[in-house]
Amino acid sequence: MFHLILFLFFGVICVAGAVNLLVQSHPINSALSLIAVMASLAAEYLLLGAEFVAAVQVIVYAGAIMVLFVITIMLLNAGKEERSKGSRVAILIGVPGVVIGGVLVAWTLLHRSNAEAVPIGALKGDPSDIARLLFHDFLLPFEVTSVLILIAIMGAVVLASRPEAVARGPRKDG
Amino acid sequence: MVPLSYYLLLSGILFVCGVLGFLIKRNIITIFMSIELMLNGVNLSFVAFAAHWHALSGQVFVFFVMVVAAAEAAVGLAIIIAVYRTRETLNVDRVNLLKL
Repeated sequence: MFHLILFLFFGVICVAGAVNLLVQSHPINSALSLIAVMASLAAEYLLLGAEFVAAVQVIVYAGAIMVLFVITIMLLNAGKEERSKGSRVAILIGVPGVVIGGVLVAWTLLHRSNAEAVPIGALKGDPSDIARLLFHDFLLPFEVTSVLILIAIMGAVVLASRPEAVARGPRKDG
Repeated sequence: MVPLSYYLLLSGILFVCGVLGFLIKRNIITIFMSIELMLNGVNLSFVAFAAHWHALSGQVFVFFVMVVAAAEAAVGLAIIIAVYRTRETLNVDRVNLLKL
């Protein structure tokens, strides 16, 4: 019961943040509500017994990635977004379609799935078990992602540097 | 005890919000944040299924998804900076030419 209350509490924060992201017209407000979504998702992970994922969620997502977003928003001095006119046909067909699809999916999940309740804390989500899995069974993907990160960093540096600086080559005095 | 379907519903709602933001929003940074929201929704269903099936590899996959999201954010934001430098706008409606 206590778990259900906590789940609902953080779930409501999650959905409210996601909707606020859609409603806000200034990107910095959207970024802040996305941080709220990620923080409450970390709490949901804790409820599921995944401590490692919760910690990584806060450190990587709410920390590193969102700092990148906020820095970019401030760097580019992004203002309010301009709304453009959408087509009426999209609204006429799309809104009922979304409602019907959502009701179908919710009904299927709630009534037609024979899923048992998740026993909280039954998962052996020990960071040491995850480390054993990560450095033993998934060692090759782990190393490949490190190469991926390296390539992404180099690509970001090349893309974000000024074109004339790339054409001139590395500075001699620096 | 929280049923698995509740977690899946929450994950679906987050994913749909991400899709809606991707389609509705006109600011390129907000569109990018909507993609992150979709990834978060998928991560939640990964962890919920991992807890349901007592399989720890679901959490490892969440870790990999986060790594890919970090790489994507770094490259994507660099592309946004490059686009802003040449077009001087963040509105995707005005970025409609491949070459200036």
